[in-house]
Amino acid sequence: MVHWTAEEKQFITSVWSKVNVEECGAEALARLLIVYPWTQRFFSSFGNLSSPTAIVGNPKVRAHGKKVLTSFGEAIKNLDNIKSTYTKLSELHCEKLHVDPENFRLLGDILIIVLASHFARDFTPACQFAWQKLVSVVAHALARKYH
Amino acid sequence: MVLSATDKSNVKAVFAKIGGSAEALGGEALERLFVAHPTTKTYFSHFDLSPGSAQVKGHGKKVAAALVEAANNIDDIAGALSKLSDLHAQKLRVDPVNFKLLGHCFLVVVAIHHPGVLTPEVHASLDKFLCTVGTVLTAKYR
Repeated sequence: MVHWTAEEKQFITSVWSKVNVEECGAEALARLLIVYPWTQRFFSSFGNLSSPTAIVGNPKVRAHGKKVLTSFGEAIKNLDNIKSTYTKLSELHCEKLHVDPENFRLLGDILIIVLASHFARDFTPACQFAWQKLVSVVAHALARKYH
Repeated sequence: MVLSATDKSNVKAVFAKIGGSAEALGGEALERLFVAHPTTKTYFSHFDLSPGSAQVKGHGKKVAAALVEAANNIDDIAGALSKLSDLHAQKLRVDPVNFKLLGHCFLVVVAIHHPGVLTPEVHASLDKFLCTVGTVLTAKYR
């Protein structure tokens, strides 16, 4: 079980309470596909991903970004039990989706950059530490059931 | 990984926008690195790493200057940073993973101070540039 200090929990929940999950999720996923184009390999059914403009405007990207970040919210609701929160999703990503767990780390870092751009100075170094820890724990939990 | 003409002009535009504040951004990126990724502190046991440390600010200036130099010589980053590359290989031997961490923190401070500049396309170019710098600095490791 991951140990969170009260301060870390505060940083996470207070930032999260101000996040627009739909916008932030869409932006994070779009940036993942733009900054690390090889990640597009999982989304051949999403239609037009031919340019950054196309990716940002792609409704399937937006919808999936929202889905992914909504799921992230589940981890935040269950900070003391992230491992079991993601058991089924981990199995899914391994057995059905065949996603290399490195992609979870890439998305986590992109999310942090998106949060930084929205929260600016409020996203202090200590706040970033808490979020780096969270994205790392989430990535680890999602990779846990891989075989 | 190759920097396209567009990547190069995106990177130059970022550094033009950042201008003289590059030194402060370097210091801030370094401070964030030590707080957000504490393992990086192992290379600075000889530094005062407390908040506001003059040593960290001073070192951040050096890091920023190197990035500016690389951006100004973007057609030959390996040439521009050759001496720094030797230094890292022979003396400093900072594990390659840490360049990714610092690059990430640099992107975070650019996002904080210049969110308008960091469009997805520019983000991609800047990330590629920072990866290239890291690759150059570790190129002579073995």
